[in-house]
Amino acid sequence: MEKRVTFSRWTIGILFAVPQLLLIFTFFYWPAGQAVYWSLTLQQPWGGGNIWVGLDNFRSILSNADYWHSITASLVFAGISTGLAMFIALVLAALTDRQLAGSWLYRVVLIWPYGIAAPALALAFRFILAPEAGFMAVVNQVWPGFWDPGLDGTDAMTSIIIAFSWKYVGYNFIFFLAAFQAIPRSLIEAAAMDGSGVIRRFWDIQFPLITPTIFFLLVINITESFQDSFGIVDIMTAGGPANATNLMVYKIYSDGFKGLDYSGAAAQSIILMILIVALTVVQFRFIERRVHYR
Amino acid sequence: MASIAIRGVKKNYAKTAVVHGVDLDFASGEFVVILGPSGCGKSTLLRMIAGLEEISEGTIAIDGTVVNKLEPRERGCAMVFQNYALYPHMSVAQNIGYSLKVAGVPAAERNQRIQAVARTLELEHLLDRKPMALSGGQRQRVAMGRAMIREPKVFLFDEPLSNLDAKLRVQMRSEIRKLHRRLDATSVFVTHDQVEAMTLADRLVVMNGGRVEQVGTPAEVYSRPASRFVATFVGAPAMNILEGTVELDGLSLPGGSRRLAMPRAGLPVGTKVAMGIRPEAVRLVAPGTSGALSATVDLVEELGAGRVIYVDLDGAPFSVMTSEAVHAEPGSTVGLKISPEDMHFFSSETGSRLDVFKASVPEPAL
Repeated sequence: MEKRVTFSRWTIGILFAVPQLLLIFTFFYWPAGQAVYWSLTLQQPWGGGNIWVGLDNFRSILSNADYWHSITASLVFAGISTGLAMFIALVLAALTDRQLAGSWLYRVVLIWPYGIAAPALALAFRFILAPEAGFMAVVNQVWPGFWDPGLDGTDAMTSIIIAFSWKYVGYNFIFFLAAFQAIPRSLIEAAAMDGSGVIRRFWDIQFPLITPTIFFLLVINITESFQDSFGIVDIMTAGGPANATNLMVYKIYSDGFKGLDYSGAAAQSIILMILIVALTVVQFRFIERRVHYR
Repeated sequence: MASIAIRGVKKNYAKTAVVHGVDLDFASGEFVVILGPSGCGKSTLLRMIAGLEEISEGTIAIDGTVVNKLEPRERGCAMVFQNYALYPHMSVAQNIGYSLKVAGVPAAERNQRIQAVARTLELEHLLDRKPMALSGGQRQRVAMGRAMIREPKVFLFDEPLSNLDAKLRVQMRSEIRKLHRRLDATSVFVTHDQVEAMTLADRLVVMNGGRVEQVGTPAEVYSRPASRFVATFVGAPAMNILEGTVELDGLSLPGGSRRLAMPRAGLPVGTKVAMGIRPEAVRLVAPGTSGALSATVDLVEELGAGRVIYVDLDGAPFSVMTSEAVHAEPGSTVGLKISPEDMHFFSSETGSRLDVFKASVPEPAL
């Protein structure tokens, strides 16, 4: 039986929940509800009433090739940056777990990127990946025209993927390292006694035992790559060139606040929300089955 | 079957030395128990044999081959861990068969061998379960099965019974012993439990503070402890120790003019010694009996088959074990009779055993 704290009167329980409920209502349900309402109406850009249009906003967005392009770009971005951030972090954590001297240093140093605000980090990467100065300029000198995120859509996409992955490698590393360290040493030793080498031990013992962490990070990384990418895109590429990096979250902003199409932006944010919810549901339905909880 | 030769083995962690030069020889097929208090370096020694811990100095040879630089899997050892270390995500069958899978044994043969081991350990009905769904004793069996299936030359046990309840421990003890006989491997078993050590061992290695204190059969270690440490560590309740000085007319105990008859020959007069006497070797007599020490009863522990009487002997704690039905009330006075031939003598300075000739002197008048 699960242990529960029980209150003699249900009102006390409600009172305890009220502060949190207020926060959630104010900052999630209310704006989300407002967005739903806006997405079903036509908002005047400078205020002054609105007209009920039903699902017209959605119809118009979904029939727009630009929007489908944005969805594709977002999925590509989410897939590659999540894969990259998780893979690099996993390798780093596995290596750190084996040689523990000074691991506290890695922990401290590697969490910093996550603490840096996306625009600041994007600005840094804009300089680092600039085609006209620095390292990439040298590469460009050897192979002229090899790298120019300002002209080439693939280069631009690569840039934002690198910046985003860099930020999340640190975050993922902390979780992976903690997961590795939580595996009892004796399990690894038992596997060593059973004749299993380093690589084999990793696949047979460590990897299955950190699947809960992998799953958790997968959900977080994918969700964040749809949402947290805004600052990076805004500073590094502003959605360009030629919409190549116009991710869904950035398109909402640019259509809504630059194009003053509030209703269309609201409809887009509803679609983004549904997409993230759907992806999360899929992950829980199909990937969580393969997770070994201890 | 394999012999193990340990030569001058030391282990240092950074600046701290935990094993200071150990020399041991284990014969093929022997059941050796390494006994010692926690932190004495016994597990470290075992892990060095297994290859889980680097050897700082000295050599360990298995069957004549120095294994210092060999990986654990190349040493032919199998190990049962204290917390069993079962792979939580694998079924019992997968746990037992993992080493065969790694070695690339075909699935059919693997299954056959898993079945055989499971039959021996009565695990057949549990093969599909995960370790989570097993009781402590069952997990213990799976851990043994995992070690057995490889048919290792050397079996290493790292306190494998310490997580079990008392009844299971006794049962598993005899199973391990039977298994050892059947498997014909050399077994090294580490424990801090002296009953476990005494009952399992062909040969007992007593360790303390990173050194070997004594090597011998359990009976030898019990009857002729090589040091004060071994004397007080092996045997329950622990051996009584009385500090005293060798005098012409016997052993003089501190805090009084008491003299104890002792086999003095061989120890010069004036030697400070620690005299040891097993609680079960002390006889209770009526107070005032000639040649007996008198003491005040503190506490009586009833064990059913016998009883332990804790007494106060001039401020020193002292225990007596007897199977006779004595009636000793706390606070009453009893007489303690100690025969010179039951005494053990240890140097007050080094704690090592002092051998005396078994010739007793006449009992002095107290």
